[in-house]
Amino acid sequence: MMPDVVFYTAEVMVNGLMAGVLYALVALGFVLIFKASGIFNYAQGVLALFAAMTLVGIQNGQVPFAHLVNAVFGTKVHHFGWTVPSLAAIALTALVMVGLAIAVERLVLRHLVNQEPIILFMATIGLAYFLEGLGDVMWGAEVKRLDVGLPQGMSGLIDEVTFNWFGYGFFIDRLDIAATAVAVALVVTLTLFSQYSKQGRALRAVADDHQAALSVGISLRFIWVLTWSIAGFVALVAGIMWGQKSGVQFSLSLIALKALPVLMLGGFTSIPGAIVGGLIIGMGEKLFEFFVGPMIGGATENWFAYVLALIFLVFRPQGLFGEKIIERV
Amino acid sequence: MRDTTAEGYVTADGRRIGGVLMEMRNITLRFGGVKAITDISFDIREGEIRAIIGPNGAGKSSMLNVISGFYVPQEGEVWFRGQRRPPMKPYQVARMGIARTFQNIALFEGMSVLDNVMTGRLTHVRSGILDQAIWWGRAEREEDEHRAKVERIIDFLEIQHIRKTPVARLPYGLKKRVELARALAAEPRLLLLDEPMAGMNVEEKEDMCRFILDVNDEFGTTICLIEHDMGVVMDLSDRVVVMDYGKKIGDGPPDEVRRSKAVIDAYLGVSHD
Repeated sequence: MMPDVVFYTAEVMVNGLMAGVLYALVALGFVLIFKASGIFNYAQGVLALFAAMTLVGIQNGQVPFAHLVNAVFGTKVHHFGWTVPSLAAIALTALVMVGLAIAVERLVLRHLVNQEPIILFMATIGLAYFLEGLGDVMWGAEVKRLDVGLPQGMSGLIDEVTFNWFGYGFFIDRLDIAATAVAVALVVTLTLFSQYSKQGRALRAVADDHQAALSVGISLRFIWVLTWSIAGFVALVAGIMWGQKSGVQFSLSLIALKALPVLMLGGFTSIPGAIVGGLIIGMGEKLFEFFVGPMIGGATENWFAYVLALIFLVFRPQGLFGEKIIERV
Repeated sequence: MRDTTAEGYVTADGRRIGGVLMEMRNITLRFGGVKAITDISFDIREGEIRAIIGPNGAGKSSMLNVISGFYVPQEGEVWFRGQRRPPMKPYQVARMGIARTFQNIALFEGMSVLDNVMTGRLTHVRSGILDQAIWWGRAEREEDEHRAKVERIIDFLEIQHIRKTPVARLPYGLKKRVELARALAAEPRLLLLDEPMAGMNVEEKEDMCRFILDVNDEFGTTICLIEHDMGVVMDLSDRVVVMDYGKKIGDGPPDEVRRSKAVIDAYLGVSHD
């Protein structure tokens, strides 16, 4: 009979891994845009919030800009009076994210071609605040419940099976299992797309060398719209998972801050890095909280990830999988 | 003097050169106050190997960049296949059937040789983003066709043994050859080569010369190349434009250009006064 602490540890690790999957999803959105255009997209977290708000709004048949419309025209419209099934609502939201990508390219990126990275970074900060406001005006600022029918609550099956095998029942949230399955499917799809499709090949080409990409007939603008669309879709998936877990509210956009240490660990240019980084951070912070937390008064999850990232910055600034930075003198 | 009328001419080795494919008319290119190209006109004919030569800083690369759309000239007209070409982005020029290589090699370093050459086919892929995403029938059939064409070019340029190697690991000479393969994969109507022999050793240069001649012979591709090494170009090309300080100082068959006083002066460095 193994001591209980082994099982506790295993349970904490598994739960940490599943939290890490969500960090990885957000980090993935950052990496996609950074690879294709060298832009650090500060708005990635807000993108997830905006996607989740739009999804809830469409699902519930909310009238967009209802408050604004009512204030201007003195009407009292709030709902169309219908609800949209989850899958259709997700598809519609994905279309909205594509529209947003086109708008970002037209209104922002196109005018900032060949600018310094810091200028583009500032532009995404502006975009983040704009989107935050737009989301509130369109769908209202109150906390919303998001439910697309993903299973939730403790998995009885796993509890039972593990209890029969080890004499210790594992507690695992079914939503975490679903999130992991969706994330794996998403990463596999993205990998296949980038390896074997025309657009994927063009995407990798642009990430590698802009000039060469132009010379084989790739339109940079199209690629930007494509990457922002994909990043928007990844944000939607992350928004659904987090939204279902803890409601759609402003704090959802702050998960982007958790993605930062993930990126420092995994490297800004590596998709496998974002995934492994997310898993390490997720697992690390849960284990640290479990073993070290009680000794130093708990709440270590707030800072553990950043300290780990800091240590990494000192010893391996390019991250686990990032491209090595060699300056020639 | 050869017959360079609209119908074309026949070269010494018996190749038929056709009508005008591309024509540059009175091109002037300025960077701020500096004139890189001053009022240059010349044409490139179907099936021809046309060279632009001149000492360093003569404006040859600028001219190639004008043809490929990377620079837009302030004055002058670019005519391609009998039509005036409006100012265009480089990717649009590429889609018209003009492929190029770069002096400092612009390959996708992180991708394999095969993937690099496959990017050359991008202008020919017809299936849309949905076909591609769903990966059904048409996209798959098309991919196979492109693969077959690319494999042929890889065989032709003798780079089968490095097909799967990431480009970053290749030596300089082979990288140049991969770049040529990528440009060829586009089946261009006009192939632009920016100093294809620069930085190569004698053996690599001979290989590259042979490949350029073979490409022209086998695929009938029209080639416009830039070189500052006179010797190589003279054996290779049908007609030569000579540039110096952004101006055209000679234009004609190699042996004629070689005898021209202005050209000899430019290369031996007679003071301009």
